[in-house]
Amino acid sequence: MTITDTRTPALEAQPLYDEDEARHARSQRIESVARWLLPIIVVTLSIWGWSYLVRVNEIPHYILPGPGLVLQTLIEDWSILAGSALVTLQITLMALAVAIIGGVGLAILFNQSRFAEMCFFPYAVILQVTPIVSVAPLIFIYVESKFVALLLCAWIVAFFPILANTTLGLKSADHNLRDLMTIYRATRWQRLIHLQLPSALPYFLGGLRIAGGLALIGAIVAEYVAGTGGVGSGLAFRILEAGYRLNIPRMFAALLLIAVMGVIIFMSTTLISHFLLRKWHESAVKRET
Amino acid sequence: MSTTTRPIKPLGQRPRILQMQDVDKTFNGSVVALRRMALSVNEGDFISLLGPSGCGKSTALRLIAGLMRPTAGRILWEGGQGADDLGVVFQEPTLMPWATVAHNVYLPFRLRGDRFAKVSDRIHEVLSLVGLEKFADSYPRELSGGMKMRVSIARALVTNPRLILMDEPFAALDEITRQKLNNDLLSLKAATGCTVIFVTHSVFESVFLSDRILVMAPRPGRVVKEITIDEPYPRDLAFRTSPEYAAHARATSDALMSAMGGTLMEVESHA
Repeated sequence: MTITDTRTPALEAQPLYDEDEARHARSQRIESVARWLLPIIVVTLSIWGWSYLVRVNEIPHYILPGPGLVLQTLIEDWSILAGSALVTLQITLMALAVAIIGGVGLAILFNQSRFAEMCFFPYAVILQVTPIVSVAPLIFIYVESKFVALLLCAWIVAFFPILANTTLGLKSADHNLRDLMTIYRATRWQRLIHLQLPSALPYFLGGLRIAGGLALIGAIVAEYVAGTGGVGSGLAFRILEAGYRLNIPRMFAALLLIAVMGVIIFMSTTLISHFLLRKWHESAVKRET
Repeated sequence: MSTTTRPIKPLGQRPRILQMQDVDKTFNGSVVALRRMALSVNEGDFISLLGPSGCGKSTALRLIAGLMRPTAGRILWEGGQGADDLGVVFQEPTLMPWATVAHNVYLPFRLRGDRFAKVSDRIHEVLSLVGLEKFADSYPRELSGGMKMRVSIARALVTNPRLILMDEPFAALDEITRQKLNNDLLSLKAATGCTVIFVTHSVFESVFLSDRILVMAPRPGRVVKEITIDEPYPRDLAFRTSPEYAAHARATSDALMSAMGGTLMEVESHA
């Protein structure tokens, strides 16, 4: 009782926010600004440093072009580069789509039939651990359509994280909820739709974020392997072509486009993940206190 | 789809709904989880299975739920068992985190193919029975532990099952919430006339809630005594502090101790 007695007047005398909380609020405000400002400052500084180095050391543009020249090339060669970027993006997105269908489909098949899993899981692992660079030449020999071959390469790289994560997710449904499904006599199909697939969603989305980046890498690597011999016209083809012609600024411009594409893909998958999980999953929930 | 309140008849005049006949359950061919359990469940009963861990009380519940089969003996439902005969509440709330409160309660209907619109009146009715009508569109993570448990109870009640199984539902809650939920459970029982089998390791909880207590002992898991608490419902705080309550608690506690074949010390070391 004495504790309350001594505290009550003190509470009235003090302001609503104490020093601790004010400090906390201040550090949060600073952090919210810094989150955007710091990366921008660092990027600006490094671009300036790059430009400075090129200028001061008089590095010729066929060895290292300055950022201004890269940007200029990007604008001048936009018609060529944008077309190529579209081709690469198309292959990447299609490979990702097929990876989602194939990965989720196989995961459901493995989940429904243990025998299917025993039979085919080793192949999924073999496909995953064999470097795509060494398989791609064979694919280009056996598959006539170059587009399909590129797609296949990108798919091989991208589908495994989706398969592995979704398989894990389908298995990690709450065991009491599984019992409840049994008690209510749910069919296999109902169990899958109402319990296992929603449980697997966060795992699948984690796999998707990895697969998005990998699909782009797979598409680029496959284009490199395909080389300039064929009718290729993706970004990797442009880099190779520019390399042969010692057009280093264009190589940089193409590289920049690949990096931007990768970032956009990552941001989109992150955004999708956020919107699908924000209402209920721990990973997307902001703590209020 | 309105709540059918089944009037609760006095003990001894209730029609039987389920019978366990000398049920054995053995695991791995050697561990006897349950030996020769006989139990007759009658409409309107509130039966507690009381005992320490390892006494087979959860095994008994899982057998009745049909989640496993008895090694020997039979479990018979009067008139056969239908899909809607059971409601279950686990120790954890066991809600689907991706679904709203209303959709969690909708689950039993959804699994038997009813559209939400068709049963939404019933869902809201049950939610208001457990005092959560305002939270129909909330997600489980937005609720407290006690509220989640209420959703779980609402889901068990929603199909108006013949029998509700509860496996230590309030064990993980704090004492104040638990007492509140105990009171609410009795009000729910009065309102719906449902039949409950309640697993617990708390003497006081079992005496407060039940009209029949089966005291169980471990190694091998078995029923050692049945105690009848023939006190009128509704029971409230006055009952909790009454000499009758104290006497029943004493008797139940003694039965539990003697079932363990010794002192409290020994019980603790086994737990």
